[in-house]
Amino acid sequence: MGFERFGTVSFTSTSKVDHFVDLLDQGRVSGTRCRKCGKSFFPPRADCFNCFSAEMEWFEITGVGQLISYSTLIYAPTGFEEDLPYTIALVQFSDDLRLFGRLSPEIKAGEIKIGMKLKATPIKLPNGRVSYEFREA
Amino acid sequence: MRQQVAIIGVGQSAFVRGYEGSIRELAFEGYKDAMEDANLTSRDIDASIICSAPEYDRQRTPAGLLTEYLGLNPKPTFYIESVCSSSSMGLRVAYSLIKSGLHDVVLVLGFQKMSEISSADSQERMGRGADIMWESPFGTMMPAYYAMHGRAHSVKYGTKEEDLALIRVKAASYGSMNPKAVYRKEVTLEQVMDSDVVSTPLKRFDCCANADGSSCIIVAKGEKAVQITEKPVWILGLGAASAPLNMTGRDSLTGLSVARDAAREAYEMAGVSPGDIDVAEVHDCFTIAELMAYEDLGFAEPGEGATLIRERQTYAGGKIPVNVDGGLLSKGHPIGATGGSQVRTIVLQLRNEAGPMQIKDARVGLVHNIGGVGIYGNVTILGRG
Repeated sequence: MGFERFGTVSFTSTSKVDHFVDLLDQGRVSGTRCRKCGKSFFPPRADCFNCFSAEMEWFEITGVGQLISYSTLIYAPTGFEEDLPYTIALVQFSDDLRLFGRLSPEIKAGEIKIGMKLKATPIKLPNGRVSYEFREA
Repeated sequence: MRQQVAIIGVGQSAFVRGYEGSIRELAFEGYKDAMEDANLTSRDIDASIICSAPEYDRQRTPAGLLTEYLGLNPKPTFYIESVCSSSSMGLRVAYSLIKSGLHDVVLVLGFQKMSEISSADSQERMGRGADIMWESPFGTMMPAYYAMHGRAHSVKYGTKEEDLALIRVKAASYGSMNPKAVYRKEVTLEQVMDSDVVSTPLKRFDCCANADGSSCIIVAKGEKAVQITEKPVWILGLGAASAPLNMTGRDSLTGLSVARDAAREAYEMAGVSPGDIDVAEVHDCFTIAELMAYEDLGFAEPGEGATLIRERQTYAGGKIPVNVDGGLLSKGHPIGATGGSQVRTIVLQLRNEAGPMQIKDARVGLVHNIGGVGIYGNVTILGRG
């Protein structure tokens, strides 16, 4: 167990990368990198499809990314009504490293621009839950 | 090549909200329509492929239940799932079963009774057609993903919300002519623009209608097809592709790579190009999805999709009529039944039996059917004999 604390509602109880949640607790948003072939992954994964290695190391997503696109939800699926309105986003950190998540509610609707610079920041949610959000860099 | 596998019968139920019956009766409606169209009995069917998205039903392994109810035992049956493109994938498998020589006549039945669950629950379940570990915990749903594509397209190419609204106006004008459509009213540009925002920039009228429905396609080996019917419609090309389910695996949100990849394969197999298509059915689960399809299928250059709809080139009489049956937007989108219903529309067009929606002298038609947010793509090209 470990992954059930991720996000507003988690649909996964456990995986081999549950350590991602411990790292969020410690204030780090992280991906995994294959020790054998060097390929980096986000979302983090336990297995490298490139060279079949299971030897992964964690690395922190520290850089500044650019907003690829976003949408603000006015209606929510079951279980997320209390969070409305919220903005989901895809952010590019490097050629093959992109993160999916929510924009910080601190960013006002009129300030959101495709291409804007963002960083991934761990956040604490009620009831001991954890997540990350994108804040202005 | 061109006359090896044919569609010899097509059928569908009316697409409705809140079907008053169980999935077995719903499936029977599409089945009966296709079997009567082909003038066959259950003894003529060598194998059946049942297609749907399973999360709506309490019934486990629906192929077992439905083939019993349809009278298709003891012939083999199995289940195919690729969410919204399930029945197009079923058609692809039927083609391969026939081409391999295993079977001569294969039935593809798609169904979905979406009203088994509430609309919010449905959004939550459809949202789980994304990555449940890394995306769903943020509260995603299908309209929001397509809305992200709409936003990306508008920022890169200047596509306007009014352009998307025009696609809905077109869908509604044809939906009003289609007796099988769930939404049979015309809508105005103002109605679309004034409708409630669901997920920016998409509004309620940019989204397709959930519906209950079934569709059925009967496929046969060429030699057999010409014995059974005088109006076979030939499968000229089939293309299929996949793409990462998680948006982090996509390098662009202005189109769907599965559609481009599947289209390339289908055009090559059929030996035709986009300009040869007389009528098309595209997967307009959202207005932006139809606009992207114009570009992904080569009906317009990237970024030029809006011009097609502004000039009404995708209406009947235009350069490339698209979704002249109301599309998913107005005809409705009962997930597993959708691909089969799109195929039915094109088959009726190629047989010159599409009534008020008929495109004059349609000889080659195309079906574009997408599963999830571009996870699966199927493009099928059909031609009349």
